[in-house]
Amino acid sequence: MRILTERMEAHPADSHTLERYRATDGYSALSKAFGMAPEDIIEAVKTSSIRGRGGAGFPTGVKWGFLPPDRFPRYLVVNGDESEPGTFKDRQLMERDPHQLLEGIIISSFALGVSQAFIYVRGEYPKSARRVQAAIDEAYAAGLLGADILGSGFGLDVTLHLGAGAYICGEETALLNSLEGRRGEPRIKPPFPAVEGLYAKPTIVNNIETLSNVPWIVNNGGVAYGMIGPDGSSGTRMFSLSGHVAKPGNYEVVMGMSWREFIFDIGGGIRDGRQLKAWIPGGASAPWFTPDLLDMPVTIDDAGKSNSMLGSGAIIIMDDRTCVVQAAHRIVKFFSHESCGQCTPCREGTTWLEMVLDRIEHGQGRSMDLDLLLDISDNISPGLRWPPAMTTICPLGPSATAPIVSIMTHFKDEVGSHVHEGRCPLG
Amino acid sequence: MSVLTGNDLKNALAILQRYPDKRSGVMPLLYMVSRVEGHVTDAGMKQVAELTGLTAVQVQSVASFYTMFKREDTGKYLISVCTSISCFLLGADGVLAAVEDETGVPDGETGHDGMFSVEHAECIGACGGAPAVQVNYELVEGVTDDKARGLCRWLRDGRPELVLSDEMQQLFGGTRSFEWGPPEASGSSGPYPAFGPYGTAEEGK
Repeated sequence: MRILTERMEAHPADSHTLERYRATDGYSALSKAFGMAPEDIIEAVKTSSIRGRGGAGFPTGVKWGFLPPDRFPRYLVVNGDESEPGTFKDRQLMERDPHQLLEGIIISSFALGVSQAFIYVRGEYPKSARRVQAAIDEAYAAGLLGADILGSGFGLDVTLHLGAGAYICGEETALLNSLEGRRGEPRIKPPFPAVEGLYAKPTIVNNIETLSNVPWIVNNGGVAYGMIGPDGSSGTRMFSLSGHVAKPGNYEVVMGMSWREFIFDIGGGIRDGRQLKAWIPGGASAPWFTPDLLDMPVTIDDAGKSNSMLGSGAIIIMDDRTCVVQAAHRIVKFFSHESCGQCTPCREGTTWLEMVLDRIEHGQGRSMDLDLLLDISDNISPGLRWPPAMTTICPLGPSATAPIVSIMTHFKDEVGSHVHEGRCPLG
Repeated sequence: MSVLTGNDLKNALAILQRYPDKRSGVMPLLYMVSRVEGHVTDAGMKQVAELTGLTAVQVQSVASFYTMFKREDTGKYLISVCTSISCFLLGADGVLAAVEDETGVPDGETGHDGMFSVEHAECIGACGGAPAVQVNYELVEGVTDDKARGLCRWLRDGRPELVLSDEMQQLFGGTRSFEWGPPEASGSSGPYPAFGPYGTAEEGK
């Protein structure tokens, strides 16, 4: 069953246009929503049990419930700063079905009492920005945005804001600072954005995929959505599959199948007939899984119990030729580059992890380096447990320890060979 | 000397109206300055400060935080090669080396003739079509070393004024992250993202 991608697959030539969207039942949920009490829409989203699709997996309805009553203005900020390595699903939703997103935004704004919404699209996605902006322009022209939408008395303005190349702005408080015209540095929480967000006003920040589900939830009810998939992982989910897999791409699936089914049936197995060595189940921030977990179900809670996460839904496959030191180095380098620099453990720790991995990769590793990697990681995230403990304002620093813990847990001998023999055992 | 004048200035003032606080206009206006000046200049930051009610240093602190605000002259074509994990696993380092070799411009530099700037980029969200490259932030997916060389030669020989993602994908691309849908007429004419409301997108004919 599919909720988000049916239209774009049935109508590849024009799924992004208002005309096609309307011809395929689009904006029917909006008309229905205007006939409902706002609190009933919020209740439907709560009942659906949908969890945020950006990475943290927090229940959307619960987040909405944190808005203090009677404080206005309040804002809806849509997080389209998709930047977690391995993730490219929101790009598809923005480019191929922007009206589905807009309808979700208008309904959610009506439910939450919001009259101004912002869509923050990462700067490296100019096509997504153009497609969403074209949809916004169409919606204004058709009376679906602006004052008194469809004669409901409800009005909403939507502004698209382009980012400028900073992974950290996907963190919601960094995004708010960026939207305010500041450096994208995360804020200390509390206060949470629902209480004090954009311009210090109550603000809800939701992911593109999360809000794209809202029209379906309104049309079919929260109960129907909640019945799709296993408990705690309701609804369909967009997974981005990449790396050494035969059929990379985005797949909208109902959660609960095994990892084996996902990687080998849906993904077509490993490229070039190679063997699976490891995979990352939820973006670069997630600790890796190894083939002994192939029969585990793909759910948010099962991934959590196995000390990792589904995160942003990015599954990265590594085959048996992959040097784990190189792969971990590449991921740590990402976090080192993207650290905003506010917190010392992250700023210094990610830099040191990158340098130590670099020398191990190049045969210059010292015997103390294996302990040093864990020691630096422990300074960023004490105890190296899951979910990670924090010495920093946001989870970026702890995320950089995920590949370290992964290779030191599952591939300690391979890492050791780099140090003791001065070269990669894979040749 | 003002950087944004005439229609650009009018457009900038309209952008500020879209936000409850005009400080939010800093990033859009920095992109506009980049289009006029080729990169974010001191004069541009000074004017952005005046328009948004900030000091020039506050604007600089924002400009310096973000990778896409270039503080030095950038080539006519900014080639960004993604080298993050998914692209890396499928050979991105070879693509970067091919681009460096074909353009004669090392990673992080701009060539003497101002034709190319080359950079490695962190994940650009094209992992299903890895390895991926952007030219002036317009995307090509499923690139190989040879196709990347061909792309560089095509840019150098044809000097297209308008860089179009769909055209490059057709000529030099391969596997895509997903079906793209119909081709777009909009593209980029400089080393900044092409987006209509900021006046940085150009329409093809």
